[in-house]
Amino acid sequence: MKGNPIWEVFIRSKNGLEHRHVGSLHAEDAKMAMENARDVYTRRQEGVSIWVVESKNITASNPSENGEMFDPAKDKAYRHPTFYDLPDELEHI
Amino acid sequence: MKNITSKDEAFQARIDAGEKIEPKDWMPEKYRKTHIRQISQHAHSEIVGMLPEGNWITRTPTLRRKVGLLAKVQDEAGHGLYLYSAAETLGISRDELFHQLHTGKAKYSSIFNYPTMTWADIGAIGWLVDGAAIINQVMLTRTSFGPYARAMVRICKEESFHQRQGYEIMLTLCEGTPEQKAMAQDALNRWWWPSLMMFGPRDEESPNTEQSVKWKIKRKTNDELRQQFVDITVPQAKVLGITIPDPDLKWNEERQHYDFGEIDWDEFWQVVKGNGPCNKERLQARNDAWNNGAWVRNAARAHAEKRAAQAEVSEAG
Repeated sequence: MKGNPIWEVFIRSKNGLEHRHVGSLHAEDAKMAMENARDVYTRRQEGVSIWVVESKNITASNPSENGEMFDPAKDKAYRHPTFYDLPDELEHI
Repeated sequence: MKNITSKDEAFQARIDAGEKIEPKDWMPEKYRKTHIRQISQHAHSEIVGMLPEGNWITRTPTLRRKVGLLAKVQDEAGHGLYLYSAAETLGISRDELFHQLHTGKAKYSSIFNYPTMTWADIGAIGWLVDGAAIINQVMLTRTSFGPYARAMVRICKEESFHQRQGYEIMLTLCEGTPEQKAMAQDALNRWWWPSLMMFGPRDEESPNTEQSVKWKIKRKTNDELRQQFVDITVPQAKVLGITIPDPDLKWNEERQHYDFGEIDWDEFWQVVKGNGPCNKERLQARNDAWNNGAWVRNAARAHAEKRAAQAEVSEAG
């Protein structure tokens, strides 16, 4: 079937928290995707805010390139606080 | 440690290390196919599972029962949708999935090919059928494929109300008149064995189990899950004061489990092959729903196109 694309659904469970991906659904346009998302993903007050994004608009990293993508951060322990040697009696730092 | 491993070995190593597999990750073709089959069968079961219960929505004894049953059936529609979405992440389209269901190519849980003849059947389904499904689904929350496991977490959270509403129906009948209690007993008599069949063939008759356990698709075998269900359910029947229709059922002190009788496997395979009491009716109902709903899909399309055209006009203006 042409049309009826897939939409990804993100829900903020309560104010103060981020939107989180909860799943996907099919809808003809954004407004209907929003209506469907409400019915499918918030039947028990799971959220206070919904985002719907057509799946084709998401650019995803490729897991087969995870090496060059994420490995460069591996050997940079100096970005973490424990890399720095300080005396034990030192406080509040 | 050897440096060169085949892709299959590397994949198995990830599974063994407890890593989850996500849709864009490399996976063996058989892992993909097995998941498409299993997740879609699960989705179809949710959708077809609405039919036997939908049968009673207009005839519930009270309004309280009606809102509960209606909410349960709505949940099942939702669960079907979560699962279809999870299957689609593996590269099969929703249309293809529906096509497989409507042409009878895809299977769904055989339990839904049994009729709901009395109100007590709705109680028995919630208690036994959802109870059996929960045991399977709790295991699947830890399955190796990420989208399937996440859908299962969501489903399990919602499913426990289904079982409780069913048990409450049974309890009310069992505390009622002798006729009502007899009705509950009759429902248990008819649903007990088909519920045990829900866990599938015995381990030695289930050739896919070994690979599924290795890939952590399943984390327990059919017979282990079935035993778990029997052990949990027998005391629940005692609370109701009704009798499980199995003369061989008894506590085994040594095993610390209940022993139980042999399932009628001829019946099991007959229903799987399409010769159950309602196989044809269920398939027809799904096809009718799809065909009679064509105008709704067309209207949604036309409406979206109209809205898009109006937006273009107002932008141009």
